[in-house]
Amino acid sequence: MRMSDALATSIPRSVDARLYHEPAVFAEEQRRIFRGPVWSYVALEAELEGAGAFKSTFVGDTPVVVTRDADGALHGWVNRCAHKGALVCRASRGRVNDGNFVCVYHQWAYDAQGNLRGVPFRRGLKGEGGMAKDFDLAQHGLQKLRVSTLCGMVFLSFEVKAPPLEAFLGEAMCRLVRRIFNRPVRVLGYARQNMRGNWKLYSENSRDGYHGGLLHLFYPTFGIYRPSQESAGVVSEEGFHNAFTVSKPSHTGGYENYQVEANREIAGASGGTQMLRDPSVLAFRPEFGDDIALLIQSLFPSVVVQQIQNTLATRQIVTRSVAETELVWTYFGFADDDEAMTRHRIRNINLVGPAGYISMEDGEAVELCQKGTAGAEGWRSFVEMGGADVVPRVAPIGLDENAVRGFWKGYLSLMKGTIEVLP
Amino acid sequence: MSPPATALDGQRLMLLNEIAEFNAAYAHCIDDDRLEQWPDFFVEDCEYQIIPRENVDLGLPAAIVFCDNRGMLIDRVVALRKANIYAAHYSRHVLGFPVLLEAGQAAIRSQTSYVLLQTRMDGETRVFSAGKYVDWMVRTNGLLRLKQRSVVFDTHRIDSLLVTPI
Repeated sequence: MRMSDALATSIPRSVDARLYHEPAVFAEEQRRIFRGPVWSYVALEAELEGAGAFKSTFVGDTPVVVTRDADGALHGWVNRCAHKGALVCRASRGRVNDGNFVCVYHQWAYDAQGNLRGVPFRRGLKGEGGMAKDFDLAQHGLQKLRVSTLCGMVFLSFEVKAPPLEAFLGEAMCRLVRRIFNRPVRVLGYARQNMRGNWKLYSENSRDGYHGGLLHLFYPTFGIYRPSQESAGVVSEEGFHNAFTVSKPSHTGGYENYQVEANREIAGASGGTQMLRDPSVLAFRPEFGDDIALLIQSLFPSVVVQQIQNTLATRQIVTRSVAETELVWTYFGFADDDEAMTRHRIRNINLVGPAGYISMEDGEAVELCQKGTAGAEGWRSFVEMGGADVVPRVAPIGLDENAVRGFWKGYLSLMKGTIEVLP
Repeated sequence: MSPPATALDGQRLMLLNEIAEFNAAYAHCIDDDRLEQWPDFFVEDCEYQIIPRENVDLGLPAAIVFCDNRGMLIDRVVALRKANIYAAHYSRHVLGFPVLLEAGQAAIRSQTSYVLLQTRMDGETRVFSAGKYVDWMVRTNGLLRLKQRSVVFDTHRIDSLLVTPI
């Protein structure tokens, strides 16, 4: 296929708006990225406990299932019957006790690994019908995907050329994943948000530190002034992945004072600002033995890992169409949380998610960009805040678009085929 | 839910109507954009959450909005008015008739279906959310008030964002 003009002329600091709108670009992304040499996050191992557990989800727009077999091993396959292409697994999650995934249409049966185990009337009946004598079950299994995990995060890949998961993510990203997933987690629930915009607009958004204090006005509105926090952004070598970290306010002298401090600051800064009646939504209990109070980690192409105060979540990006993206939030805590800690996390969740005080606007921003770039043939974005290149690290964050350029650098290298195999 | 175990008597009819009237006023309060009065439907020590049915069915506790006192309800309204950015819209709640689950002195429990339509300024109306209220009401000076309202929503893929209470 000839590369679209929009792709050919786009560069990391300036991309053609048609990349958000052209169905041909979307189809090419599915092939080169989502079914290409990358790893896509699909689940937490905590969602797949015990033999026969499964979860249906997507890699890009392809329906996939991740399963755990009787021996405890994880498997991934495309959720598409080898016969007629029907969805084999129709439930979003559950457990298959007999180890068989049966397509309802003609009852072709597959095991948890995706092997075809049985076909009704394979030998016909009384000499009539049936499959040819040389029909080989082994040749008609489900399309199997590679599975890899990092500290309980489960990733799938379509492509043998994808490097090992940890090499794909790079050491800096792996270290931050290990920090969060330092002990067994427990899923607290899900939230799903439909954004009326292209998946790349959200991918940019989660790497865009510039918008944080400007679009999300919750903190300034309530006069929560946090000047002494240290922040940094780290971009992986090829640009794909990014992590923002923000430390706790250093002048509070400890998290136990954070809430009191926040209240005092609200009161002190009350010239025109509002008071929060109940600042407990902001309360923070350190739990990782460091000063990081906020982490937004974007792992190309399909997930954001977040720690905002004590809300822990993965945000899976599902590309529904060129103009529609679903964000699936999986909230979690730790298996050893007590009831009070769980309640605290659930209060903190008011900050994030589709109704979150400091995150709901992202859905609106994505939609505004999708609408505004419609029909913008030849129009290009201008992404030069803080320079025109991609550097490995910025500090503080909020004054640059380094990681957005990093995203485009990685994206364009895959889409233009300038790198076939990632490091 | 089972069929009613006893014939409808005057007392239950009165209570059901009182709950229905309360719910209707609650819905109009939101739909008429009188959100500053919305917390008045609750007692001070209340709990209000908006939680996907998916989580309830799985026995998982995470809600997308979780308030466990009236101050947090007021904070939600202030944030909506002053801080949050979202597409302007009208809300329109259409409520079902309540089902009475318990009519005790300390707790009046009921549940009620709702459909919430949203109309953005382009004039198009969409079903934004369908679900049910699961309520625990108490009497304050003889009047019904919410001690606890769980909004359990079926429409678990939320359209863009949720800012206005349900």
